[in-house]
Amino acid sequence: MKRITLPLTDEQISTLKAGDSVLLSGTMITGRDAAHKRLFELIQNGEKLPVDIKDETIYYVGPAPAKPGYAVGPAGPTSSYRMDKYAPALLDMGLKGMVGKGRRSDEVIDAIVRNHAVYFCAIGGAAALIAKSIKKTEPICYEDLGTESVRRYYVEDFPCIVAIDCEGNNIYMSASDISAPI
Amino acid sequence: METRVIKSSEITETVKRLFMDCNYFIGDDIMNALKNARDKEDNDTAKSVLSQIIENDEIASNEQIPMCQDTGMAVLFVEYGDKVCIDGDFESAVEEGVRRAYDEGYLRKSVVFDPVFDRINTKDNTPAIIHTKIVSGDKIKITAGGKGFGSENMSAVKMVTPSYGAEGVKDFILETVKNAGPNPCPPIVVGVGIGGTFERSAQLAKKATFRSIDTENPDPRYAEMEKELLEKINKMGFGPAGLGGKTTALGVNIEVSPTHIAGMPVAVNICCHAARHKTAVI
Repeated sequence: MKRITLPLTDEQISTLKAGDSVLLSGTMITGRDAAHKRLFELIQNGEKLPVDIKDETIYYVGPAPAKPGYAVGPAGPTSSYRMDKYAPALLDMGLKGMVGKGRRSDEVIDAIVRNHAVYFCAIGGAAALIAKSIKKTEPICYEDLGTESVRRYYVEDFPCIVAIDCEGNNIYMSASDISAPI
Repeated sequence: METRVIKSSEITETVKRLFMDCNYFIGDDIMNALKNARDKEDNDTAKSVLSQIIENDEIASNEQIPMCQDTGMAVLFVEYGDKVCIDGDFESAVEEGVRRAYDEGYLRKSVVFDPVFDRINTKDNTPAIIHTKIVSGDKIKITAGGKGFGSENMSAVKMVTPSYGAEGVKDFILETVKNAGPNPCPPIVVGVGIGGTFERSAQLAKKATFRSIDTENPDPRYAEMEKELLEKINKMGFGPAGLGGKTTALGVNIEVSPTHIAGMPVAVNICCHAARHKTAVI
């Protein structure tokens, strides 16, 4: 189990290999479908983003509300492929890490390699367990989006696995890897 | 049989409790299947993922918090006795129960008004998807579940035609699961609806995901098909969380309906391991 401190450095990213189990500590930002759409439109229009994504790691999450006494509600990863249309633009702007679940497009894998970045997967549906590693959250922008707003998460030993490393190695099998109906 | 009056407040309270309970407490059928799968896996990652899912579901139940942040769109199958009379409006009572569960139960509000243009959150997780069937009797039976969309998005309907037979049905189901791969939070529950019309097959597939996985289709031919499909799916190798292993699915449930001479609709509704549903009879 590798322990990684966020924000990620280029040296750290070079040591991460697809399949490695890692524990992330430090800060990451959150964002999913609606926030990505807004950020992407700003980038396309050449406008300034309301959050500095350089060297950041983004977690694709829309948490449930926190019960009193909890730092955050259950907060597991959402499916990453829905962000594939937007992710290359963010990576080209300096985003270094993504945390989600499931397959990515070839365009995203190319952008990961091109920008020396990394894609982690967390366990889908382990939201109550994952939330234990999120110690504090604070708003950054798009609060009108509710659960889809962009927040900063302070995490300790956040468990995930390197799904696509900076060389483009990918742990997920594609449909074509499975021989037609067994 | 005499008419029986049921208070709408009782319906609201029941619906509220069903949605909170189904999000906090995973069914015994799923928990047992997860534990059996963990014991059968010999790959460390698969074992570890299943252990974490089991631990997650235990935390949710002990702390009464949702097992998954996607607490779903509210789906209900209602069997409404024809001798029941409500002191109010049935659908309003159900919607109020959904509203209270998602508000008071710290469940995520995941519904948007307009699907294409505005996509503005309704902020109370309504409207619910309510499937009502009038049956004879003086009771109301409600099965409710929160359906997450990570797996819903991986579902599909195909108008297979009769000449393709059982093999055509199985091929489409396996193809759908294969295309879904690691995305729908495996190990999954595969709900299959065969027959009826286009929309009836989809409704049956959803109903199939609400059936416990320790049951089987009463027709032995379909029970055999459920078993065969489960074995084939688990040979695909996607495994827990899609990280490899023997457990891609925990169960395959098939529901069938009479259909047209020209058709054989097949719907595959994929459900994640958080296969949540609870039932109450009023």
